[in-house]
Amino acid sequence: MEPKIHISVRNLNVFYGAEQALKNITIDIPDKKITAIIGPSGCGKTTLLKSFNRLLDNNDDIRVIGEVLVDGENIYDPKTEITHVRKKMGLLSQKPYPLPMSIYDNVAYGPRIHGIKDKKRLDQIVEHYLKESSLWDEVHDKLHSPASKLSVGQQQRLCLARGLAVEPEIILGDEPTSALDPKSSQRIEQRFLELKEHYTIIIVTHILRQAKRLADHVIFLYMGEMIEEGPAEAIFSNPKEALTRDYIKGSIS
Amino acid sequence: MTMYRRKMEETIFVILMIVSTLVILSSLVLILTTIITKGLPAMNLAMITQTPKGGYYLGKAGGILNAIIGSLYLAGGATVLALLISLPVVMYINVYAPKKSMLTVFTRFSLDVLWGVPSIVYGAFGFAIMLLLGIQTSLLAGIIAVTLLIMPIMSRTMDEVIRMIPRELMEASYALGATRLETAMKVVIRQTLPSLLTAVLIAFGRGIGDAASVIFTAGFSDSIPCSLFRPAATLPLAIFFQLGTPFPAVQERAYASALILTIIILLVSIISRILVRKTAKHVIK
Repeated sequence: MEPKIHISVRNLNVFYGAEQALKNITIDIPDKKITAIIGPSGCGKTTLLKSFNRLLDNNDDIRVIGEVLVDGENIYDPKTEITHVRKKMGLLSQKPYPLPMSIYDNVAYGPRIHGIKDKKRLDQIVEHYLKESSLWDEVHDKLHSPASKLSVGQQQRLCLARGLAVEPEIILGDEPTSALDPKSSQRIEQRFLELKEHYTIIIVTHILRQAKRLADHVIFLYMGEMIEEGPAEAIFSNPKEALTRDYIKGSIS
Repeated sequence: MTMYRRKMEETIFVILMIVSTLVILSSLVLILTTIITKGLPAMNLAMITQTPKGGYYLGKAGGILNAIIGSLYLAGGATVLALLISLPVVMYINVYAPKKSMLTVFTRFSLDVLWGVPSIVYGAFGFAIMLLLGIQTSLLAGIIAVTLLIMPIMSRTMDEVIRMIPRELMEASYALGATRLETAMKVVIRQTLPSLLTAVLIAFGRGIGDAASVIFTAGFSDSIPCSLFRPAATLPLAIFFQLGTPFPAVQERAYASALILTIIILLVSIISRILVRKTAKHVIK
């Protein structure tokens, strides 16, 4: 059976000023699977990831040509409501950036924006998603203390809870474990493996072993071009392209 | 040999830094001693609880309550107005407008120029506005002039801290589906709240201490201001007038007034320190 497709990218070209960061990318991202975008630094991994929720729009003199279809809807259509697109996706950045407010308010931030005002309901949401990101036990007695006081590993799990609380369908991770210690990284990876039952997860990573541990589907980018994509086993055990083989062997980085 | 030279360099620069620091500290101490020693004899409860008796120019009795209240009204009103203008400006150039757009660059440049304009020019400009609007010297006119004076200071001070917000922090908010306005109001303001408060209080301090911008606009009055459309006394002008008399007793009162103004500014600084500490706990580093 063909896997269901969640995001389709069609002929995507991204330019920063005169520089082309992504060249004619066409890919399909499977639903409820973990997709890893790998490639050497500067190859366009993060740009591709940020094109999915239109965070690229915040850059000056950026030009995006092509289509990104999420659930069949082209998010670059001028008629598309950008906050609606972003609500569908939770983002984890390289370094966790909790919002400048309490732990509780961080998780409640998204739901509040999207109209939930009822205190009881918010309490439930906060508890549910803090448990979902396995942070609840550590913070349940200090929900109203500043998020800035948490450790980096806890902050990243808080960011996960915050992202999940807007009930997205997709989780985007931009090297989400790169600022974390091994133990915290492991917890995040573990959560990803459990979450993929309900979410489509896309992570950018430069750690090949992490991609091997997590990914069902792999996309290999090199200098802004998509070199190869496919099921993880196939890419890692039997890459078709020489460049992919060299990258996996470690002879290019 | 070179090691010796490097050590000498180090020593010379340390001495220079210490001397500079001492210059600053001693000038503060000197100003304070002058105000205190000359003003203390004229200091009494009446100074801060009564209006002048016998005219502000020659009066040797009563107090300067009119100027204290006038200054607080004036600087307070101007600070609120300046905040109402500054916040939208800095939010626009930092959250909405493209970073390198002509408008952003030009706005910053204009604010820098306005910051450097001498306050007497704001006084004259305020006077021109008064003629245009057909209003007389009044508290309102003074507030307008002082607003113009402190708005660039407030805006640019705020702008510098908002510029430092990590881009990823704003992206975190956008990624949750927040609009720019929601991001500005809920994330940007909270992240920079301690510095925004400092900016407001610096502007207040500048506003309450300025004489040149109010001399033509707010005028002066012996009574406590009770209307926006009547002239109002201010502390800097009270000092100026009292100091300008040939009578030592009145001059002493000028120093006492200066002491009061200094204490107000000191209180504002202390309050701002406390507020900054209270609001800093949520800031993400």
